[in-house]
Amino acid sequence: MQNQFLSEKRKGYEVLMKALMLLSVGLTAGLVLFLLVYVLMKGIPNITWELLSTKPSYLTEKIGILPDILNTVYIVLAALLIVLPLGVGAAIYLTEYASNRKVVSIIEYAAETLSGIPSIIYGLVGMLLFSNSMGTCLLAGALTLVIMNLPTIMRTTQESLKTVPQSYREGAFGLGAGKWRVVRTVVLPGCVDGVITGAILSVGRILGESAALLFTAGFAHTVLTFPLGMKSPGATLTVALYFYAKEQGEFGVAFAIAAILMVLTVLINFAAALVQRYFAKRRSL
Amino acid sequence: MSNIITVKDMCLWYGDHKALNNVNIDIPEKSITAFIGPSGCGKSTFLKTLNRMNDLIPGVKITGDIRYEAKDIFGRDVDVNNLRKEIGMVFQKPNPFPMSIYDNVAYGPRTHGITNKVQLDEIVEQALRDAAIWDEVKDRLKKNALGMSGGQQQRLCIARALAVQPKILLMDEPTSALDPISTSRIEELVMELKEKYTIVIVTHNMQQAVRVSDYTAFFLLGELVEFGKTDDIFSQPKDKRTEDYITGRFG
Repeated sequence: MQNQFLSEKRKGYEVLMKALMLLSVGLTAGLVLFLLVYVLMKGIPNITWELLSTKPSYLTEKIGILPDILNTVYIVLAALLIVLPLGVGAAIYLTEYASNRKVVSIIEYAAETLSGIPSIIYGLVGMLLFSNSMGTCLLAGALTLVIMNLPTIMRTTQESLKTVPQSYREGAFGLGAGKWRVVRTVVLPGCVDGVITGAILSVGRILGESAALLFTAGFAHTVLTFPLGMKSPGATLTVALYFYAKEQGEFGVAFAIAAILMVLTVLINFAAALVQRYFAKRRSL
Repeated sequence: MSNIITVKDMCLWYGDHKALNNVNIDIPEKSITAFIGPSGCGKSTFLKTLNRMNDLIPGVKITGDIRYEAKDIFGRDVDVNNLRKEIGMVFQKPNPFPMSIYDNVAYGPRTHGITNKVQLDEIVEQALRDAAIWDEVKDRLKKNALGMSGGQQQRLCIARALAVQPKILLMDEPTSALDPISTSRIEELVMELKEKYTIVIVTHNMQQAVRVSDYTAFFLLGELVEFGKTDDIFSQPKDKRTEDYITGRFG
């Protein structure tokens, strides 16, 4: 009797928990889907070739986001060009050369903390550090993003370096290879996937960044060239989105940009997955 | 026969832990010397000291005098990369690089400045022949080395070590990860190699020491208990502890 009662109770409990979990899955999936569909439906009809290929003009009262697209590309390029050598170099030093484990773990901890800081703080610092000396410009924005992404690149590279088996290093040292040769020929090829994954994640982060750029890169909408244009102010896609939605009430354009950014993000995540799968396959050979 | 390595009063610490205590040994040239002893007795540690692989481990301190061809291996004028070129090493687990078979063998020569293709081809072929694996791999030199069997990988690692033309080959339990057939192939190979090289081999397997080695050193708890001709060590050990170990009373 007692047992039967217990099992009834348990059964009810099971059903209840399962229902709750289904509910949370449904809510999560529903929200994500709603957001995707809503943004795409609102945005895609507003994407026209004219919007993509022209610059805005106050005279004709037309809006084009070509400058914003170009600025985004420039900022991504410039930030990566600077952050990759810095971050990868720092990671190699910390993992392969540094002998003071305590200092290394302090730096690692600091980097981890740094990557969790709200981006607007980077914007504030970037404004004081870069924009005050070189003016509000794309370069100041890119440099701010460099600081912001340095910990990510460094940590992903470090983690990837740690996955290279110690036996490879021993083998190379045992043949009389010097430190740098071991790093260049045996260690680095084993961690390319980590570097590329880190870089792709950073591109995603740069694409989505607005707070740090509001302070540093400005709002201008002129077509610039690379790399000379880096000295001029310019808005990236996310900044332009903010600008058109908040300052001009152009929600159509804002949603068009949102849709573009969303598609780009999907593509980037896809690329990251592809890279990881490619290298996983190569490694298991 | 002259001694290629002489070790006097050598001690080694990992931090505060003394792992080797007062080791004295002279290793004869062009012969096979086996290091035996239970796990943790310091035989591998001692082996890795001979080509300074222990330098890579933080916190290791070494005292005493270790000479290779009468030169102090810790001397100021010694280039450690050159020392490791002269004193090659084969590890417990086969560790080919994730590259082609050819590039694995060519890695050492390239490291030491040989870039000429014809010369490299010759060195690679000779090393693979010396390691008795040429016939198995000559048609797939460009294939990734990680696709080979464990025994082949280990012979490749031996070829890789031979390609830099060392004088001494240190082998750290080279067959412990291999099946019996691969093991016997490597043992045969080792006995052929002593024509040209001095070989020091760490082994867990006492039969292996009897089969391949000319000299045997028995380590216990960081001490070199006994060293002598393999036949003598196994037929009439001088030390009670050696006798206990080789008759299987502990270890």
